[in-house]
Amino acid sequence: MTPQPLSAFLSVQNVSKYFDNFCALDDVSLDVSLGQKLVICGPSGSGKSTLIRCVKQLERHQSGKIYIDGTEVGAGDAGQAAIRENVGMVFQQFNLFPHLTIMENLTLGPVRARGMPAAAAAELAMHYLERVRIPEQSHKYPSQLSGGQQQRVAIARALCMKPKLMLFDEPTSALDPEMIAEVLDVIGELADAGMTMICVTHEMGFARQVADMMLFMDHGKIVEMAPPRRFFSQPESPRCKLFLSQILRH
Amino acid sequence: MQILQQKLCRLWRRYSPMMVGLFFLLPLGGCSQNWGWYVVNPATPAGQRNLKFLIDGLYYTIALSLTAITISIIVGLMIALPGLSSRRVPRGINRVYVEMVRAIPILVLILWVYYGLPQVAGISISVFWAGVLALAVSDSAFQAEIFRAGIQSINRGQYEAAASISLNYRDTMRFVILPQAIKRILPALGNQLVYMLKMSSLVSVIGMQELTRRANELVVTEYRPLEIYTVLVLEYLVVILIVSAGVRWLERRLNAAD
Ligand SMILES: Nc1ncnc2c1ncn2[C@@H]1O[C@H](COP(=O)(O)OP(=O)(O)OP(=O)(O)O)[C@@H](O)[C@H]1O
Ligand SMILES: [Mg+2]
Repeated sequence: MTPQPLSAFLSVQNVSKYFDNFCALDDVSLDVSLGQKLVICGPSGSGKSTLIRCVKQLERHQSGKIYIDGTEVGAGDAGQAAIRENVGMVFQQFNLFPHLTIMENLTLGPVRARGMPAAAAAELAMHYLERVRIPEQSHKYPSQLSGGQQQRVAIARALCMKPKLMLFDEPTSALDPEMIAEVLDVIGELADAGMTMICVTHEMGFARQVADMMLFMDHGKIVEMAPPRRFFSQPESPRCKLFLSQILRH
Repeated sequence: MQILQQKLCRLWRRYSPMMVGLFFLLPLGGCSQNWGWYVVNPATPAGQRNLKFLIDGLYYTIALSLTAITISIIVGLMIALPGLSSRRVPRGINRVYVEMVRAIPILVLILWVYYGLPQVAGISISVFWAGVLALAVSDSAFQAEIFRAGIQSINRGQYEAAASISLNYRDTMRFVILPQAIKRILPALGNQLVYMLKMSSLVSVIGMQELTRRANELVVTEYRPLEIYTVLVLEYLVVILIVSAGVRWLERRLNAAD
């Protein structure tokens, strides 16, 4: 019942998360205000996915608090509603529904969870398919699309729920190199349009362009948090320095 | 030319076992003086009458099997869902039901439902519904296991994607998980339907006028068990081959969709 700062749209306060005895998140705190773009990087197993999955409550954290728009997410129905209303998520493996057409993938949420009429949902879906530049594929099934197209559909599917905060968990790391740009372009445009987002990625060129805050994680902790200019030019911690030198070499 | 060859090959592979079977069966009629096909000879009025009597049982065999499998699929699904829970009590209910029902022989269940249930529950039950109930209950345990395995085979990412677009549990199951699971378990459901068609012959013991009962009754009046039961075998064979082909067709259609 502590009053939380209302300035931040998302507020993560001293969150820890354990898998059995293994500590995947260790006392993590961060704030994201509306319009902000946060890019998270860090070595494999450092807890990046776990952090944003806790924000979406796909994983339950054991201690600490997460607030979205002033509502604590772990606490009952109000928290669930706050997530449903506000948070969209895009997965590394796309996770499209393989038995539904692209159009059905996009309209399922608005129709079933938002109670939107089918015609309005279809119109909304077409709008976002145009934004991710694949309106002509709406009648196809996911398996008939390339990986890059599938991920753009997944982004459109999340946008159809009109989220205020978008979470991306390594959206391009399952893609062939030639398809990475088309997905990053779409995310970049979204960022330009003012969408609040947290993006886990190792695409440092992209991070430099869109991020207004960079975050480096290691062993479940936030090791470094800085605006991109300073983050890339003069990282403070040696671990972050090492990581950047490794990742920027190729 | 090559396409025709492939087609013939496929036809041969599919139907050759049956043809080989008939090949062995038919000469038997010629080499023994004990065969009397006249009982079911479609050229004579008596044979026609007997054939019609036998084939009319098909209605109840199919009605019984389809009704029972529909109920058993619904019950099986309702039993499977608690089995997927992370909590102990629902899982326990699932286990107890499946283990208990699986332990009862179908024939015993049929007899108990028809003769025993009316006394326990103080209701009267028709032969048809007693048969449906026994077959459905017995099959539902297997359906529950099939559904549980099918649902468990669906990737966790599908649940997370459903959660990411705010679907509740019911909609997640109905629109995301079950359609995919059912597609995967369709071969098993097909097997179960074939099994059901065969097991329905057991309902003859309580007087259900299905294929087997008809054959038994005709044997009593005509004294030609060999010919009549041969016809019975062929009746089941034809029905089940048609059903299998139907299931395969459905599978192909569903697979074409993605
Ligand atoms: N469901 C789980 N059960 C047990 N351990 C888990 C589970 N999920 C993640 N972990 C562990 O938690 C740690 C952090 O995992 P996480 O997926 O958040 O890492 P990550 O930073 O996203 O790594 P990557 O770059 O490989 O995706 C890892 O060591 C992982 O093994
Ligand atoms: Mg990860």
